[in-house]
Amino acid sequence: MINKTFAWLTDPSHWSGSDGIPTRIFEHLWYSALALAVAALIAIPLGLAIGHTGRGRLFVVNLAGAARAIPSLGLLYLMVLWLFPKISGDNAFLVPVFIVLIVLAIPPLMAGAYAGVEGVDPAARDAAKGMGMTGMQVLRKVEVPNALPLIFSGFRSATLQVIATTTLAAITGAGGLGRFLIDGQKILQYEQMVSGAIVVAVLALVVDALLAVVQRYAVSPGLTGRSSGRSASALSTQRSNTPLDVEIPVAQRTVDSQPS
Amino acid sequence: MTWFLDHLDVVWSRALQHSYLAGVPLVIGLLLALPLGWLARRYPRLYAPFTAGFGLLYTIPSLALFVILPVILGTRALDPINVVVAMTLYTVALLVRTVADALGSVPDHVQQAATAMGYTRVRRFFAIELPLAVPVISAGLRVAAVSNVSIVSVGTIIGVNQLGLFFSDGFDRDFYDPLFVGIVACVVLALLFDAVILLITRLATPWVRATGARA
Repeated sequence: MINKTFAWLTDPSHWSGSDGIPTRIFEHLWYSALALAVAALIAIPLGLAIGHTGRGRLFVVNLAGAARAIPSLGLLYLMVLWLFPKISGDNAFLVPVFIVLIVLAIPPLMAGAYAGVEGVDPAARDAAKGMGMTGMQVLRKVEVPNALPLIFSGFRSATLQVIATTTLAAITGAGGLGRFLIDGQKILQYEQMVSGAIVVAVLALVVDALLAVVQRYAVSPGLTGRSSGRSASALSTQRSNTPLDVEIPVAQRTVDSQPS
Repeated sequence: MTWFLDHLDVVWSRALQHSYLAGVPLVIGLLLALPLGWLARRYPRLYAPFTAGFGLLYTIPSLALFVILPVILGTRALDPINVVVAMTLYTVALLVRTVADALGSVPDHVQQAATAMGYTRVRRFFAIELPLAVPVISAGLRVAAVSNVSIVSVGTIIGVNQLGLFFSDGFDRDFYDPLFVGIVACVVLALLFDAVILLITRLATPWVRATGARA
């Protein structure tokens, strides 16, 4: 099996053409990136507003919790069934996929943003107000920079979930790496399914590693433990100087649920 | 609604199977994550490799994992054990960091007080550190529970019996009723899991309410 999979993966004919691995990777990344961008445009400003004002927190927390419980596969089937007669061409397959991925990505993105702002040291916020900053300035110059580690953490966890779930796009007839899993299953070609699975996992790892590098340079050194001195970030409440390497939803909930 | 009432027995049996496939891995995963998380906290050198390493398991798409596991385990493709193992891996992936961070969130002065009172390391762990870490661990467990319930439904693609089969039932026949019933049943099941974990946490941490702290 391992030999067959290796043979499948190294077969040059699988690395070219409109159903080759590079094309599928490109489709997969494009679905994921567009969904993440739309979700971030909705979720991050909302999360920041909730964290900044403290209003609507309970409502949004519950809504995000309920959204997490919706099974992606069920929502996907429902959206295809509902939208397919209404939309023509390739979009009939793609729009349902995007809706599902956006719904999936919103809760972790929003949680990261509001937990990040909420966890900012009140002393830092008070100092900024004392210096005469307006609400918007406090948000932009103090809260967002301080919240960046958790915003990134939410973004990375959303990215991982979206890349994993984009695999399901193939079920509707759309492209992406899920095609190898679905097509392989139809013709009972196991090595194709396993190869597809390996490529998705590697893709997720590579994207997460890239985001880790971006995070390392985007976040202020004072927050990541790269510089000496006491960290003012929310993370310091966990007395951990280790930057969060691989981010999972728990990270936000952990901070969120810290008994205070 | 009539469709739901007519098919109550199928819904019930699939819901039971679904709870089993999502719930058992939650318990096994927690039991595995506790010692692993403890090790990561006890030996700082292990923290990064453990939390990052186990976190990586979460990057493997569920559909892919369901497909690969029979090859690795030598099980049959339709065996529910594949789903149980996959969900256990995801639970461990989510919980190792949570347990490590939860144990780390217990204040130093509390641990020092316990040591000064003559608690041995083992007794201190079970009587002081673990109970105080419960609220944080529980928060992680709730995320794992809800995501497990959702991911199990992907087992539909490989034909494992659970609530997700209603999705394909409805989709194949262009018929909304089973689809709605499947989705609602999944959400209800996830909320039930969440409620049970919340209840157990509440019972296990009476001091949280007594001091008015947020759980």
